[in-house]
Amino acid sequence: MNIRSLISFAFLVLLLGLVQVFFLKNLALFGFAFGFLYLLGILILPTSIQSFPLMLIAFFMGFVIDVFYETIGMHTAAATLLAFLRPFWLKVTSPGGGYDEVEEPNLAELGVGRFISYSFPLILVYSLAFFTADQWGTGGFFSIINKSILSSIFSTLLVILVQLLFFKRKRGI
Amino acid sequence: MLRILQFLYRIRAFILFVLLEVLAIGMIVTNNSPQGAAFFNSSNQLVGNALKKQADVVQFFSLADANESLTEENARIMGQLIAFKSKPDSMSITLDSALAATYEFRGARVIANSLRFSQNYLTLNKGSKHGVKPGMGVFNSEGVVGRVKSVSENYAVAFSLLNTGLMVSSKLKTSEVLSSVQWDGANSSEAKLLYVPRHVRAQEGDSVVTSGFNAVFPEGILIGIISKVEPDKKDPNYLDLTVRLSTDFSKLTYVYLVENTKFNELDSLYSKSEMTNEY
Repeated sequence: MNIRSLISFAFLVLLLGLVQVFFLKNLALFGFAFGFLYLLGILILPTSIQSFPLMLIAFFMGFVIDVFYETIGMHTAAATLLAFLRPFWLKVTSPGGGYDEVEEPNLAELGVGRFISYSFPLILVYSLAFFTADQWGTGGFFSIINKSILSSIFSTLLVILVQLLFFKRKRGI
Repeated sequence: MLRILQFLYRIRAFILFVLLEVLAIGMIVTNNSPQGAAFFNSSNQLVGNALKKQADVVQFFSLADANESLTEENARIMGQLIAFKSKPDSMSITLDSALAATYEFRGARVIANSLRFSQNYLTLNKGSKHGVKPGMGVFNSEGVVGRVKSVSENYAVAFSLLNTGLMVSSKLKTSEVLSSVQWDGANSSEAKLLYVPRHVRAQEGDSVVTSGFNAVFPEGILIGIISKVEPDKKDPNYLDLTVRLSTDFSKLTYVYLVENTKFNELDSLYSKSEMTNEY
């Protein structure tokens, strides 16, 4: 990762954070589906990144979101879990035993089908962890499942939409 | 020894993961216990400022509604004031200290609010500088809103009534039966009324108001109206009552804070007599 991509990554994370905190925080489709757009920042980090910095970045991002959401620890715990699982899941979903290594697991490099199979399960795990922490002790098992599934569908759509609209295509179609 | 170190080195990612998760869960637990000091929340100066800027923009669009409700309330209070004004020929008597006012009121603006989680909080634009203290009650012209959790110099964070951890001491207005209101986390316009015994005749449409026993709210602030009466399935001695909350939590702008000036005296009396005071 050179200095230029580092700066553009920092800028992206800042932008995603602002959208998350000031816009998506107040939005829940049907009262169930939450949009966790900021996860895009963790999902598209280069595959060469070590798991140490990856987890620390996720921890920090989750924490900042938490401070604004007034849900201290919940986003942090869930984002760290996502970052921990990311390398394994990336290995599992890459076909051909590493032949088709990608540098950055984003929509342009993976294609829509592979990107969904890469990002959706990770976001689902994130949502499950988050809503379990949120509903702890209130016994709403179905509400956890409900909210998690709807939120991860909505978040995955958002993550794809943002990449389609704002990311530069590396290869022309 | 070397092998152990090698093994630890190989699972270093997992160790860091566990460490970070323990840290995060620690933060969740500290934040949710009422006594735990929460340093990182939206009463933080930087976060509070950012949220206030957002509220400035968003609430601009609801100014008309806010003005209208303030005018209505002014009119109501003016009506009460006229009723209290002494007539010119009447003699004034100094009231007994038992009847002296024990509540002080302050106004504040809501700058952040959530209603979709099971632990919801509000952020208010007044802090310790303006005399806000943890434990003060929060309400608006519609009804009860919540209770202050922690304060910084300029901002305060309050438990919303839509927080499964908050219980508000209440009573039925008609029969004066003592009960507690607690949110069950399901619907942001409904809450549960607990500890109402089965022999009580509760009907749909009965008002539920604050009891005045918990030293947080004065007596008689509206909480909601009973919308459903069913026998409790778990415990046959009680009724399962659902309350339609009178406050619309989706558009909170201005709220009042109430402080019981005799709270300290009451609290020390309770602790002296070894009673635990439930809020």
